[in-house]
Amino acid sequence: MPAQSIWTLLSWGPDGWSDDIASGVLVTIALALATLPIGLVIGFFVAFAKQSQEPSLRLAANIYTTVFRGLPELVTLFLFFFGMPLLLQYVVRLFEPEAAVDVNSFFAGMIVLSLIFSSYASEVFLSAFRAIPNGQYEGGYAIGLSKWQTMRLVILPQLLRIAFPGLENCWLSLLKDTSLVSVVNLAETLRNAGVAARVTKHSFLFYSVAALVFLVLAILSSIATGYILRSLGRREAR
Amino acid sequence: MSVSQAIAINKPPPQARGWPRARIVGYALVGVWILFGLGIVAYLVHAWNAEFFARYAPAYLQGLGTTLSLVAISMVTGAILSLPVAYGRMSKNKILSGLAYCYVYFFRGTPLLVQTYLVYYGVGSFRPQLETVGLWWFFREAFYCGVFAFSLNTAAYQAEILRGAIESVPRGQWEGAASLGLHKLQTLRKVIMPQAFIVALRPYGNELILMIKASAIVAIITVYDLMGNAKLAYAKSFDIQAYIWVAIVYLLMVEILRHGVEWIERRITIHLKR
Repeated sequence: MPAQSIWTLLSWGPDGWSDDIASGVLVTIALALATLPIGLVIGFFVAFAKQSQEPSLRLAANIYTTVFRGLPELVTLFLFFFGMPLLLQYVVRLFEPEAAVDVNSFFAGMIVLSLIFSSYASEVFLSAFRAIPNGQYEGGYAIGLSKWQTMRLVILPQLLRIAFPGLENCWLSLLKDTSLVSVVNLAETLRNAGVAARVTKHSFLFYSVAALVFLVLAILSSIATGYILRSLGRREAR
Repeated sequence: MSVSQAIAINKPPPQARGWPRARIVGYALVGVWILFGLGIVAYLVHAWNAEFFARYAPAYLQGLGTTLSLVAISMVTGAILSLPVAYGRMSKNKILSGLAYCYVYFFRGTPLLVQTYLVYYGVGSFRPQLETVGLWWFFREAFYCGVFAFSLNTAAYQAEILRGAIESVPRGQWEGAASLGLHKLQTLRKVIMPQAFIVALRPYGNELILMIKASAIVAIITVYDLMGNAKLAYAKSFDIQAYIWVAIVYLLMVEILRHGVEWIERRITIHLKR
């Protein structure tokens, strides 16, 4: 095989690897975007439990964040990826003795990343909760809003505005953490770049491309969040 | 009748300890956690295998040593490397601060796993050139590659922590020290650093915890650290307790560190308490 130039390797098509890496980038983005809403919702409820007056609720929420912030991401991922099928299989075999259960790596990655994301996001939400004065709740009740209405109409808009910069950080680390799922064979950016590196022996080139992809994703997200932040700020000024 | 008695009489009645929804949900969730914990304990007891333990416990201990030395070396090297980077970030020179900014942006914007691969596989592909320079012995060892990548990575984070802490000290402190005739280095050492350290302690502690957690990824580039040994044990035995034990060890390490940092913070801010 003749020595291929770098540009052939990076071209789009059967000789080049750009199309493979691009499909990996799509998987990376899909994984991060699929995790985001789940993580945000769980994180919000965990923070809500943490600032509750009920001690048992606080305890349960604190155990959650202690565990998922204390475990290395990789350990959590492996525990789920290898442990989940065992557990599910045990449960399923109670009904159907011959069943075999396998967990999809995208799905496992999504669960693990939302657990991790939510435990970090809950800290952000918690400090945002603490930044909202009590008078806001009391004002809401005083004009006859129910508890749920006060939360939705009075607290949540302010909460999101305060929590936004912190959540942006969580999003950036989520984006970076998606690369870990490559070790359980999910064909995302890093995995595809690694395959290209092994086949062509141009490791430095392809891992640099992977690094560049993550850098570009980070830059794009800071542009997007900057835009959102400006529009949030405008609404506050009005 | 004294005032306190009058107040005591007017106290509202204690709130009834009923079963509001929050308490029911809270008890249920705590119950789930307890069940989960008991489940794991039961599993570990049920799956207790003296042979497994005798075979892999020494390897785990050795792996713990590897993890700790990797983190310690990287943290110290990173702290040294972070000094010029932080200096560059705060410098008024456009080129210097631009370079430092790019360094920090690159290492904070890309996953540590990618950086580690870039060093271990990427730099490793320049073997002939490295051999002529005489650096091949360094980049041949996965452990050294891990240390190299981790040091560069943590240097970027530590530079930001350092910069944030130094900039958190008000300008008046610099001016006051200058008017007393201290030169810049003395000011930094005697006036700024003691104040900056209080601010920086918690972020440094968090960075240390993050490094311990992140160190698990060197297992992927064939370093036999704690996680690497767990992977090996799992590959040989297909026993999920390989990962459960390692999770417990990591959790213990992180919790000990977290409480340690909190304790130190309480100690060094004792003069600020009112």
